[in-house]
Amino acid sequence: MNKENIVQLKNISVAFDEQVILDNLSLDIKDKEFITFLGPSGCGKTTTLRLIAGFLEPDEGDVLFEGKKINGVPAYKRQVNTIFQRYALFPHLNVYENVAFGLRIKKLPENEIKQKVEEMLKLVNLSGLERRHIDTLSGGQQQRVAIARAIANHPKVLLLDEPLAALDLKLRKDMQKELKKIQQQLGITFVFVTHDQEEALTMSDRVVVMDGGKIQQVGTPQDIYNEPQNAFVADFIGESNIVDGKMLKDFYVEFSGAKFDCLDKGFDKNELVDVVVRPEDVDIVPVDKGMLTGVVTSVSFLGVHYEIIVDIGGFKWMIQTTDEHFVDDKVGLYIEPDAIHIMKKSEYSGLYGDYSSYSEEIDHLSDIIEEE
Amino acid sequence: MKALSRLYIALILLFLYAPVAVMIVFSFNSSSSVWVFEGFSFDWYKGLISDTTMLTALEHTLSIAVSSALISTVLGTAAAVGILAIRKKLASSAVMSITNIPMMNADIVTGVSLMLLFIFVGNLFGLHESLGKATVLIAHITFNLPYVILSVMPKLRQTDANLVDAAMDLGCTPFKAFFKVILPSISTGIITGAIMAFTLSLDDFVISYFTCGKYQTLPIVIYNMTKKSVTPDTYALSTIIFIAVFVLLILYNMLQTKSEKQAAMRKVGAK
Repeated sequence: MNKENIVQLKNISVAFDEQVILDNLSLDIKDKEFITFLGPSGCGKTTTLRLIAGFLEPDEGDVLFEGKKINGVPAYKRQVNTIFQRYALFPHLNVYENVAFGLRIKKLPENEIKQKVEEMLKLVNLSGLERRHIDTLSGGQQQRVAIARAIANHPKVLLLDEPLAALDLKLRKDMQKELKKIQQQLGITFVFVTHDQEEALTMSDRVVVMDGGKIQQVGTPQDIYNEPQNAFVADFIGESNIVDGKMLKDFYVEFSGAKFDCLDKGFDKNELVDVVVRPEDVDIVPVDKGMLTGVVTSVSFLGVHYEIIVDIGGFKWMIQTTDEHFVDDKVGLYIEPDAIHIMKKSEYSGLYGDYSSYSEEIDHLSDIIEEE
Repeated sequence: MKALSRLYIALILLFLYAPVAVMIVFSFNSSSSVWVFEGFSFDWYKGLISDTTMLTALEHTLSIAVSSALISTVLGTAAAVGILAIRKKLASSAVMSITNIPMMNADIVTGVSLMLLFIFVGNLFGLHESLGKATVLIAHITFNLPYVILSVMPKLRQTDANLVDAAMDLGCTPFKAFFKVILPSISTGIITGAIMAFTLSLDDFVISYFTCGKYQTLPIVIYNMTKKSVTPDTYALSTIIFIAVFVLLILYNMLQTKSEKQAAMRKVGAK
């Protein structure tokens, strides 16, 4: 058994009322890593977390902890602790008693509990609030109590179910840094669940992108962003223009009616592929110098840069640029070889990466709907 | 307008409480006259203390009220937990309706049907006198149960389902998690349910009348007394019962407002 893998999921399938939630999922979680399950709501990420916590048993497949099968071991006997989405703090207990809860269940001596609780509260910057009632704390403080309560038990793995979803943006950013710091300080495995791609990229050692009960890609944040495996990953992480292309030969691809040098190889001759170009990797140049030409159809100013939509032969590209352009301008596009990423065709091909129906409002709306 | 509405409230209070007020006043009358207040005295209350029939009845009533409140609180709380755990919507609402029927049902129907059942079952076991303490206790538990369930249920619904998960996550068995986490969060519901049950049991007449046999409770003794002639000691007794119920109701209301305040605080805190 590999000692490096603290949790292993093997061919896990789960269904509720005939609806498949997890479909033959396998994953190894390394000891002491910060791993994030990222995906839209309903992708199965929380279900996976609950399987590891022991609140749920798989219909098929095995959950292994330190190489030993733990199917059927109840939650209260597992060496993992969870931070719940809405904290689930005990409302009838004060801060001290909430943090001490797990230690009291273990029947530790009182002085040891006191020492432990104080150490934990110090770690999450809540010293001095021991006697405060849970109801009187702010959302951020409640979050910290939840963290202290979970790590007071010295779990080998800490499971975090969208713990920052209820906090406002500023606080969320602070807590992201702090959680990362706590993880490094304690040297334990964090399994983090979120639908926020930015959060996943900034905090994780490895990201697991999920959709439809399946793992779409596992890798470092850089891998996931720079080398997405299919159109779903490319679209879910950051913004992407995804167009149909044809691999003419190694390092040479044709799309949008033009031919480009690229850095990808290993495809069949003339294989049909998905081509990803990130909006920030496209340069806008005068029409006569462009590899592609198009017409600007919309411009929005986002502070750091402009986000403009360019119509190229009916396909709408999103381009981020610091120069100002105006609607109906004719522009040329210049794309460096290393800005082009080639992916195999998948079930997601053609579903994403076109900005023809794009609008700021729709993006906002889908954010709200994503809240579970 | 304001004066009118005040008058309205005053009239309502007058009609509601005038009879009780008159009764309380006359319970302190030194003579047994119902027309003239001849002087203040505690004589009727003193008389009560030495009246053994009254004292036995009081003891019966208290014993039934306390034990039926306790038993129905335990059973009702367990039932509420069970009903909420039923996954199927239809089944759970069916069970709820069934438990609510005794509350809607006319007391006299409940009383007569319980009496018939007790006598029938008693006969099966060859008992001549099946009605007594046990039967009146069972009857009181029966009509108390829905009230306990109704006061525990909303508290249980408000409780975050993740609390049990959190407790188990921290090492509690499901059983321990219930006592350490769920019970404290629904305690106000349980206490109000118990107070409701106690007061209902205390002043029940109709159902007790049919099921108590020779184990007579206070309301029944009072009723029997009035069949002969109404004496001021009845007023004294009724006054005591009224005050007891009044105090309990105030306690009940205080608990309710306290738990509402807590719920409001929790909402603010969550934001």
